[in-house]
Amino acid sequence: MTAILSVRDLEKTFGSIVAARDITLDVPAQQTVGIIGANGAGKTTFINMITGHLRPTKGTIRLEHLDITGRPSREITRLGISRSFQVAQIFPSLTVFENMCAAAAAAGSNGVFARVLAPLKSPATIREAEASIELFRIAAYRHALASTLPQGIRKLLDIAMAVVGSPRVLLLDEPTSGISVEEKFGVMDVVMSALKSRKLTVLFVEHDMEIVARFADRVLAFYDGTVIADGAPAAALADRRVQTLISGTKPAVEGHSHA
Amino acid sequence: MWSRANLFGTLAFIAVAAVAPALPPWLVSLATIAFANALVVLGLVILWRAGLVPFGQALFYATGAYAVALLSRYAGWRDVFLLIAVGAAAAGIVAFLVGFLLARYRDIFFAMLSLAMSMILYGVLVKTETLGSTDGFHVESGTFLGYEPRGRALNLALFWLVLGLSAVSAFVITLYFRTVAGALAMPARDNEIRLEFLGISVTRLIHLKLVISGILAGLGGALAALAVAHVDPNMAYWTTSGGFVFVTILAGVGSVAAAFVGSLVFELVRSIAIDLLPGFWQLILGSALLLTILFLPEGLGSLFYRLRRTPEKGS
Repeated sequence: MTAILSVRDLEKTFGSIVAARDITLDVPAQQTVGIIGANGAGKTTFINMITGHLRPTKGTIRLEHLDITGRPSREITRLGISRSFQVAQIFPSLTVFENMCAAAAAAGSNGVFARVLAPLKSPATIREAEASIELFRIAAYRHALASTLPQGIRKLLDIAMAVVGSPRVLLLDEPTSGISVEEKFGVMDVVMSALKSRKLTVLFVEHDMEIVARFADRVLAFYDGTVIADGAPAAALADRRVQTLISGTKPAVEGHSHA
Repeated sequence: MWSRANLFGTLAFIAVAAVAPALPPWLVSLATIAFANALVVLGLVILWRAGLVPFGQALFYATGAYAVALLSRYAGWRDVFLLIAVGAAAAGIVAFLVGFLLARYRDIFFAMLSLAMSMILYGVLVKTETLGSTDGFHVESGTFLGYEPRGRALNLALFWLVLGLSAVSAFVITLYFRTVAGALAMPARDNEIRLEFLGISVTRLIHLKLVISGILAGLGGALAALAVAHVDPNMAYWTTSGGFVFVTILAGVGSVAAAFVGSLVFELVRSIAIDLLPGFWQLILGSALLLTILFLPEGLGSLFYRLRRTPEKGS
């Protein structure tokens, strides 16, 4: 199977600090990849490089056969890689419906002339906005101002906005952060079933190992800027280094220094 | 509601056009200037909705005015339609050029940089003898496709011209606010990161808004030059820009019609204030602005939609 996303020797340094290094991996289409790692392990740096928010110091990123390394984020978005954020990026002074319309119109229009000539609330954008609102089950909040939404709904809205315009790859940066423990599984159920129905390739950053074990087909464990384990959730989460360095289920072994 | 607003606008336009010959000449002249300035205010509304306050819109206003004045003086062009088209286009080109820099800035930096740009033009105008220096120069009265009115007829012809262009601009900008580019103003103000990750360049979006607002300001300046029959560097001075900001606050950015009503109210209050208290008219204007901000923070325009909403609540 050909990979939809391939990364080769990716590296990012900020001065003398190495935020990511030697990252090489392939993601086949429609796989759901969980990314784990402690704070500062390079997970968000990795996502930021793929989405064009950061330019890698070294290495290449390909979307199918297209080299997208270092392209601006809006171009990468147009090519089919979309993302949600750790802190939901929404339009606070618009309602949920208007947020979705703005997203659908923005993602659906190409070029300045299309944007000057087409109405924002065209039948097509309204249809797409309504469909997303249903898909992510936020219809109860349709006319609520986005600034007044509870945290879980904000995250769902953020992800829903990332999904309009039919991306092929979706990166979710901590979709459950800021959500209470009781709500986490419910939110992830909604998100994952919505994404499955759109046949998306998903990479999501997550700290909760139970969520990773339940929703991921594959786990990438980050430590110190690089991938230390890559495999099926059961295998990756049972990896000794993952257990000592990330999930904390095993104490550090003496003599294991990693500086 | 869309067609109702349009109908109301069309009726108001016809009524004002029809009643003009019966009005005293001073009022017609005042309304001519007010509506010419309202076009500039409409341009401010476009930027304001995206969260930008241009404190140097006089740059485009003066560009439009001087383009008309210079063409009429040195090239002998007299046709008002041609002059106005060139004035608006010249301002649009200037906006396009300065836009490469301005569109990258936000908030106070945008405001101050646009102010700086307009003051550069002011400096050039003041120091250049061929451009009339501090005194500026007289603008010959124009012709309307060969028709050459004088006195009262000219006064009315100019008014109808300004009114017609106002109606067309109001209609076009109302449509623009419904387009993707127009309606993304609030999202751009709210969250640029989200828009970028939806594939939109906010810088280009703002650049486009600058060009549209520049064209409107140039149109207003060109009309003002013809209406006043004079241009001077004050048209590029920061107090002129400040006046447009003042009217935008007075009118509010919620409706297109408010720009015209607000501009008319501003000119009326100003001329009445000058009449009543020649030495203190700024005091009255300042108080009017203070009262607006205190009691109508969304401007005069919010009166329209408050009136419109009240009966809907009952049903």
